[in-house]
Amino acid sequence: MTTVDSAPTALRPHAEEDFAEELRALAAADDRPRPPRWRMSPWAVSRYLLGGTLPDGTVISPKYVGPRRVVEVAVSTLATDRALLLLGVPGTAKTWVSEHLAAAVSGDSTLLVQGTAGTAEEAVRYGWNYARLLTSGPSREALVPSPVMRAMSEGVIARVEELTRMPADVQDALITILSEKTLPVPELGQEVQAVRGFNLVATANDRDRGVNELSSALRRRFNTVVLPLPASAEAEVEIVARRVEQLGRSLDLPPLPDGVAEIRRVVTVFRELREGATEDGRTKLKSPSGTLSTAELISVVTGGLALSAHFGDGVLRADDVAAGVVGAVVRDPAADAVVWREYLETVVREREGWKDFYRACREAAA
Amino acid sequence: MRAGPLLLGVRHHGPGSARAVRAALAAHRPKVLLVEGPPEADAVVELAADPGMRPPVALLAHAVERPGTAAFWPMAEFSPEWAAIRWALEHAVPVRFVDLPAAHTLALQERPDEPPADEPPTAEPPADESGGRSSPDPRSDPLAALAHAAGQDDPERWWEDVVEHRGGGPGGGPGGGPSAKPDALAAFDVLEEAMTALREPYAAPDRREAAREAHMRLRLREARREFGDDAVAVVCGAWHVPALRARHRVTDDRRRLRGLPRVRTEITWVPWTHRRLTRWPGGGSQPRPGGGYGAGVASPGWYGHLFASPDRPVERWMTRVARLLREEDHPVSSAHVIEAVRLAEMLAALRGRPLAGLTETLDAVRSVMCEGSEVPLALVRERLIVGDELGEVPASAPVVPLQRDLAALQRSLRLRPEAAERLLDLDLRKPTDNNRSRLLHRLRVLGVDWGEPVAGRAGSTGTFRESWRLRWEPELSVRLAEAGVWGTTVISAASARLAAEAAESSRLPEVTALAERALLAGLDDALPEVLRALADRAALSADVGQLAGALPALVRAVRYGDVRATDSRALRRVAEGMAERVCVGLPAACAGLDADAASEMCGHLDAVRQAVTMLSDTPVGRPDDPPGGEPLAARWRAVLRTLATRGGVAPLLRGRGARLLLDDGALSRAAAERLMAGELSRGAQPADAAAWVEGFLSGGGLLLLHDERLLALVDDWLRQVPGEAFASVLPLLRRTFAEFDPGVRRNLAELVRRGGAARKPEAEGLAPVLPGYSTALDEHRAAAVLPVLRLILDAHPDDARAGARGSARTAAGTANTERDRAVTAHTANSANSANAGGTGAV
Repeated sequence: MTTVDSAPTALRPHAEEDFAEELRALAAADDRPRPPRWRMSPWAVSRYLLGGTLPDGTVISPKYVGPRRVVEVAVSTLATDRALLLLGVPGTAKTWVSEHLAAAVSGDSTLLVQGTAGTAEEAVRYGWNYARLLTSGPSREALVPSPVMRAMSEGVIARVEELTRMPADVQDALITILSEKTLPVPELGQEVQAVRGFNLVATANDRDRGVNELSSALRRRFNTVVLPLPASAEAEVEIVARRVEQLGRSLDLPPLPDGVAEIRRVVTVFRELREGATEDGRTKLKSPSGTLSTAELISVVTGGLALSAHFGDGVLRADDVAAGVVGAVVRDPAADAVVWREYLETVVREREGWKDFYRACREAAA
Repeated sequence: MRAGPLLLGVRHHGPGSARAVRAALAAHRPKVLLVEGPPEADAVVELAADPGMRPPVALLAHAVERPGTAAFWPMAEFSPEWAAIRWALEHAVPVRFVDLPAAHTLALQERPDEPPADEPPTAEPPADESGGRSSPDPRSDPLAALAHAAGQDDPERWWEDVVEHRGGGPGGGPGGGPSAKPDALAAFDVLEEAMTALREPYAAPDRREAAREAHMRLRLREARREFGDDAVAVVCGAWHVPALRARHRVTDDRRRLRGLPRVRTEITWVPWTHRRLTRWPGGGSQPRPGGGYGAGVASPGWYGHLFASPDRPVERWMTRVARLLREEDHPVSSAHVIEAVRLAEMLAALRGRPLAGLTETLDAVRSVMCEGSEVPLALVRERLIVGDELGEVPASAPVVPLQRDLAALQRSLRLRPEAAERLLDLDLRKPTDNNRSRLLHRLRVLGVDWGEPVAGRAGSTGTFRESWRLRWEPELSVRLAEAGVWGTTVISAASARLAAEAAESSRLPEVTALAERALLAGLDDALPEVLRALADRAALSADVGQLAGALPALVRAVRYGDVRATDSRALRRVAEGMAERVCVGLPAACAGLDADAASEMCGHLDAVRQAVTMLSDTPVGRPDDPPGGEPLAARWRAVLRTLATRGGVAPLLRGRGARLLLDDGALSRAAAERLMAGELSRGAQPADAAAWVEGFLSGGGLLLLHDERLLALVDDWLRQVPGEAFASVLPLLRRTFAEFDPGVRRNLAELVRRGGAARKPEAEGLAPVLPGYSTALDEHRAAAVLPVLRLILDAHPDDARAGARGSARTAAGTANTERDRAVTAHTANSANSANAGGTGAV
């Protein structure tokens, strides 16, 4: 997940501006059938996300590094006019994928509804310009369309971020739109019918707390794609190290001399507990209740780095990360504590070269 | 259309091939059918038409002397060979198998080092084995080479696309892409061309391969002479077709077959399962390449579906998936099915495939029906893609080698099957007896209960003795035949069956029992599987009670291993791991329990204690025991200490913990006393205190005899229990004391009656003889009681009442003390008395 700021003014340009060159080249090289109002064929969209080299030599950078299947199912879903729900724990590139899908399919990734606890129904359906409403009564001019409504009338992709953070009643406002493909405006006695090409990409987080479960009526209208966590430990170490370095720079922490070994250890712990099995697959483990996402991993390592920089000798050691690891794993003091102790005693204690980590964790937990 | 015999090159277990073969045979109506397979099977091929025969089944060839040397040729409903054989039998066309005789194959398998078995050891049979290697060797995997040339990574998928999904023939196959030709033979021609090109660089096949093809050619020649050139059809792996087409000199072929080793073999049909189609059976029955139809298929259920469904395979498949998910309570509607089919087709288009294959349908099912979750998908994989299909073989099929193996074992161990019941005592230190025991245990694993273990005769309780009741019932032969599906020898079949059971059973105690059986039966091959399952179940089990319940059996198994000289190190590791888990989880599991749960847990405590002691008694020093970790016994004691002192733990378990610590010498008498004083102090609820006493004292009261300070504590507590609470505490106490040995009980009662040696400090002042505690009758004092007794018994109501008042008060006081003493004594003694109610004393 790297973005190169190319636009001179914007801090973060939209995907369709940032990768305009690639999109143009792809559309030019693409001779396959396109669904109505798509800027390119489904094949080209998946190529755009997965990367590759075009016949004319243009190199398409990979936007999503992960299983090919995920992207193919997502693109096919959009082509079948079913709505797409991207699920996953934090830090699995849900938003990133949804933005690039919209950019490639419709050339516009800006029709976005951000789900929060305070998102109102107007954000999904439509609002009113009250000055106009008072002066000239209800009319099409007084109506303020939501991004979803605009997407419907223009036949492009709308995006809903963090769908599960919206209140349940606002979520359900999507049901009519998704099943009838129409948005009635009873005040005007009209309706807005979705133009072909309209579709919706939603992202949601299935393991966080403080979310509103989707009603099954809504859930049925989505095809669900679960974005997996990084497949290999190496990939995850790489992500964490890179991100920690960026964060460290912005926090003015001294550079990491030789922290990769420690990061690898923390990554191993997180991955093993998350997957419920040791890396060699020989021992199964219980999983704690927390998500143990890559995002948490990054914060644990960053915290350890700060500790070692300000209170230690500047080298990331087991003591510095132990407290953070314990804090991330033991979310529920009763159940998770047992899980963690079992892990410590049956796996960490026996592991070659992990004595310092074992001791540090025992101290941190005591 | 070429002249000459009809050569149908197929992919073993390919539904598309099966369809095409059937169509081709129906169109050409040959007079004889030649099939790749061992010629010995000509004798049993008729059975394929038997109504009792239901695929999946396998042809099984084995060496007569050593049933462990065996090869299988599995066939499913959708196997081209099966389709061809069935067609031939229905049309009264003779079937002949043309591959190298199993006599040679098995002999080569037994002596793999000898020529001509000089092929590369990695060679896989043709037409199978998926997995995109960078430059696949076409000899080992011709399809991978073809797929690679076509730019596809996965040979299975490539084959599906170009052959299987074409349907083909008048059967009205699905899809039938634009390139599908109407001719029933088109696919075979194309494939033959491809194979010819592919074989070119390998002009000289290795000797075994050459021998096989030479044999096929000779048999083909024979058939052509007999029935005429055009009346012969051959069904064989696509790889062999060019070799059969090419002209070779008969003398050359004969020479290739000369000097091949051979063994005496027998052949029969055995039932097979879809699950076993996906992999080869492990152990000694693994056929070497060439001795069978090669590696399994990953998705027999899906292939079976493709073969069985007349049209719209994807739609039908999705409907089946939906029905399965509905049965498992996943809400799946018809709308889901429609959307899943659409998505699968869209995916196929996106991936450039002619028709949605297994991958596409699975992706669609995951996304639409399973809400992205892998859990229900695993169900689909298990039940539909692999499937539980189990074949059947008619009773008239020849005996399975398993029976032969058993007969040989019975002879060598001098253990005749007899219908009459008899008892057999075995001394496991003797090799023969040990082998007999293992045989009987193995048969039990296979469900053949010839012997039944019985409690030993008097004096034979040692771990090295075993007693069996033997009886051979006729139905055991049937069971043995059924067990033939698991393997060809008793040991391999028992191992396979046990491993399969371990993988399937979900409850920890079951798996522990399996581990015990594996050790008893000496099934070392199955043990790793079982232990793996055991470790997995233990790791995922959140129920400490279950873990603790499983541990003793496991430790017992470790000891069996010691007795029987089997390697039980792996088992010990698992047991230790389990003990660790118990230690970690126990304190939390002991909190907040009601009386019943606590008493159950108390039993677990004792069992785990015993197990831990046994485990620590025979330590196998771990080479690198980290300094951070204490030995198991120490950790166990720490857990007990936590139990004994933590407030939330059930009092019964607190008491038990204290007692176990005391018994292990980890708690000093003084400390135990302090604990007890705390538990039995005035502030404690009488019921809790009684539970504590039960926990502390159960399983042996000798302690109280030896430590009178403890006895005094109990005694004091008992006396201060208020009357109304006493009634509720009494049953608990009675239960506690009833467990003691009668001798201990008597001594205890005696001690209490005498007032004990060391009473309370204030009591000591009144020594040596306390009033009412003399051994002899104190007639003077007894007389003082008489008036009161008389008063109570109402014998002489007019007796001098006033004068007696003063002495009555004294007597009442004495009686009061008497009552207290009597209570303790009676409680200790109550189990002896016929009068059950302790309340009588109150």
